[in-house]
This record gives sequence, C-alpha cells and structure tokens, in this order.
Amino acid sequence: MYSVRLWSVRHARGLNAFYRGFEALLVRLAGVFRALGYERIERPVAAVEKTVKGLLFDCRMCGQCVLSSTGMSCPMNCPKSLRNGPCGGVRDNGNCEVKPDMRCVWVEAYKGSERIPGGIAAMSKVQVAVDQRQQGRSSWLRVVREKTEPPAKSATPAVSAAPTKSLSP
Amino acid sequence: MRFEDEPVPGYPLPILPGHTSPGRFERVLRTGRFAVTTELAPPDSADPEDVFKRARVFDGFVDAINATDGSGANCHMSSIAVCALLTRIGYAPIMQISCRDKNRIAIQGDILGGAAMGVCNILCLTGDGVQAGDHPQAKPVFDLDCVSLLEIARTLRDDHHFQSGRKISYAPRVFFGAAENPSALPHAWRAQRLAKKIAAGAQFIQTQYVFDLALLRTFMDQCDALGLLDKVYILAGVGPLRSAKTADWMRKNVPGMHVPDATIARLQGAQDQAREGRNICIELIQQIREIRGIAGVHVMAYRQEESVAEIVDRSGALQGRVCWYPGRDTVLNS
Repeated sequence: MYSVRLWSVRHARGLNAFYRGFEALLVRLAGVFRALGYERIERPVAAVEKTVKGLLFDCRMCGQCVLSSTGMSCPMNCPKSLRNGPCGGVRDNGNCEVKPDMRCVWVEAYKGSERIPGGIAAMSKVQVAVDQRQQGRSSWLRVVREKTEPPAKSATPAVSAAPTKSLSP
Repeated sequence: MRFEDEPVPGYPLPILPGHTSPGRFERVLRTGRFAVTTELAPPDSADPEDVFKRARVFDGFVDAINATDGSGANCHMSSIAVCALLTRIGYAPIMQISCRDKNRIAIQGDILGGAAMGVCNILCLTGDGVQAGDHPQAKPVFDLDCVSLLEIARTLRDDHHFQSGRKISYAPRVFFGAAENPSALPHAWRAQRLAKKIAAGAQFIQTQYVFDLALLRTFMDQCDALGLLDKVYILAGVGPLRSAKTADWMRKNVPGMHVPDATIARLQGAQDQAREGRNICIELIQQIREIRGIAGVHVMAYRQEESVAEIVDRSGALQGRVCWYPGRDTVLNS
C-alpha cells in the first residue's frame, strides 16, 4: 500500500534494526529449515514474505531483496526497475517521471538511507543485474542458505550472484 | 586534428597504452582537448542517405556523433544501424544503448556487433519510460539498468566473458560512457550516483541539458569532493532553445529537462527568439569551459541540427581545431 510504503521509509531505522534481529533468528533456525527441506517450505514462506513485505513495502518479490541498501524503499517499484539510483527524469517536486503521482522511489530511498546507520555507504555499492529466475521466490530463505551453506558450485555464474550479504526484509 | 600514427584517415587508430579503444574521441579527451559531441536524430526512413545527410551538417565541428537509441521512447532507425552506416565512411559514432527495449542477451550481442563494425564509443543508458514516446502501449523491458549494463559491458571488454560466464574470443575495444543529470533531484546525491557509474565502468559522461550553471557547478564540486574528476571525462549537455514557447513545452514534457524562468524570460524578450536561443547556448558553452573538470560539451539540437556548426564555431570551443570528417584531409592538404 502506497501510504504504508512511505511510512516504512520514514521508519527505516527501526525497521532495519528489527530485521537485523529477524535475520539472526532465521539464521538460527537454518537447521529446522534444512530438516524440513528448503524446496518444500519455499512456497509457504514466500507467501508469508509476500504478504508482509507487500503490505510494508509494496514488495514485488524480485527474490533478491536490497531494501537494507535502499533505505527501505523498494527499487522494484521504480517503473524502470532501477536498482542503482534515480534516473535523470525525476520531477522538480520529487515525483516519478513515469507515474507523476508517485514519489520517486530513489528520492525516498536516500531519505530512508540517511536514517539507517551505514545506509548511505550501502547505497554506494553497485547492484548487479537481477536474476529473473528468482522472481517470486523467498529472499529470506535465500539469504539464510547463503549465510549457512558453503557457496554451491552451480552453473550460475558468479557475476549474477546474490546482491546482498545481509538479510533484507 | 590529425594524429601522427593515423593509418588511413577515418580508420581505427592504434590503441595507445592506457586507452581502451582505437577511437578518435578517446584520443581527443585523453590529450586534454576540449571535446565537442552532438546528437544525430535517426531518420524515420530506411534510406541510408538520410543518415549521411544528417551527419554531414556537423562536418568539421564535432569529435563524435551520438546515435540515439529510440530516444524519448520514440521509434526511429536503430542506433546500431545508424552506427553501421556512419562507421562505413569513417565517422566516429557514440552508440547509445538503452535498457528499455532489449534484454541482456540482445544488448551484449549489440556490443560485440557494434565493436566489430568499428564502433569505438558506447553510451550506456537506462532510457526513457515508454509513456514518453509514440508507443505507450509497448512493453518496457528494463532487464538491466544503466549501472548493471555498464558492469556487464566492462566485463565483456576487460574480462572477456558474457554475463553468463561464457568466454568470448576477441573483446570489444570500446570507450564506455554514461549519462547524468546535474539538474535533477535529488541534487545532493547526483555525484554519488555518478561514482557508482564510474565504479561500474563509465569512462566519459554526457550530461542532460544544463541551463542552470549554479547546479552544474555544485555538481562538479561534489564530484571533485568525491575524487571523481580524475577518473572520468565530463561533457556538459547544451543546446539551443528555439523559442520561449518550445522551451516551456520542453520543460513540462521532456523528462529531466530543467529550464530556469530567467532563460525563458530572456527568450521572450528577444526579437528573434531562435537567434537568442543560439546566443544563450554559445554563452553557456563559453562559461562551461571555464568550470574545472569539464572536458567538453555535448550539443543537442533536435530539429535544429544545422545550427550546431554555427554554435560551435562562434563559441570558440574548438580553438581553431578542425574535427575529422570524411574527406577533411583531402580538403586541407589540397
């Protein structure tokens, strides 16, 4: 919801702190997830994630959450899917070039990042291209696996690897 | 200017140490000359002569010509085709690649293909939204954004592989650029965003139209504070406004276009508004040249392309230099 999305940016600091705790909790539960089987719990967890983050951030379930690097303003709400900062078309009132009634997600992102300790430094990191296969999958589970399992020698190239090393909401 | 090691005029130059392309544009910048680039409006036509005609009006006054890629989300001849035609007769195009219409498979193919045809400069853009153009019903792709595109392009050139990791046998020798808009919000973060583009692979920058020099100066100061001025060549975007009315229309309808009220008032007060528009542009170029860290200007004169030569000439930006064009050396030596 748009108004909640703006609220989340205003409360970026609190939300970020909360998610740090939440991440630690999930990582501790990694054994449970493994026992249950990641693929088996993928759909229900993704459904919960979609509901919670959909409400708070208008999450699009890209599966590669970078919210903690974007001041809790979801970049996938940018009509151009920009993940590395605003385009040159931001209107003089700070609204989007494509959707004139919407705040530019990046103008919001900078505001949110200023509220998060280290937020601006996180913004400076280059976000590589999204892996479109992750669309609809749980970011939470992906991060838990990345934190607890050795990197798999898969066919997936290193360059398209996960953009975050910490759990974003 | 003619380089000593130039094989046949217009042909690729040897790649000097520290350079990434055999192009004339990179050489001009790296030798510290004030560079001038412009934009070719691709025709709504399949006639190659339409492209050559549009390029010829710039002869002698520009170091490189941007071939736009569906700019403003309008349909025209493709940038890669315009580049194919221009490189055939030796022009130095800057091939624009936008992320709006193509995914990473198509884009990487175009980078290789463009380089194979002699394209030495590529400008990586996100692109305008489809709502801005004549096909608002089209599907916007945006598989990449300009920064991830730069990252992938640089990987192709420097690490010799596609994003998939698959090796390529001969890397594209290309000078990569990106765009920036010092006039757009959030002003405080534009330089930081530029730093990301440089980190991803941008070697030169062409900015959006600049009419408010205070904003440009602030932006350049911020770039300086971040230590970016030694890492990138910044060309400021300028252009003639045809009239107060078009200027007002442009600032309301063209994404990222900021024209101060004072500029519009000055146009309104002039008898010949088009001429005043050119005067404003010339004065801007002269003032921009004095700003530390500016490496050149990018003159955009949509539908007034014939005025570019006059503007560049009267501004004195080239300091007597005659930029290369097909046939120049025959003319100069005879």
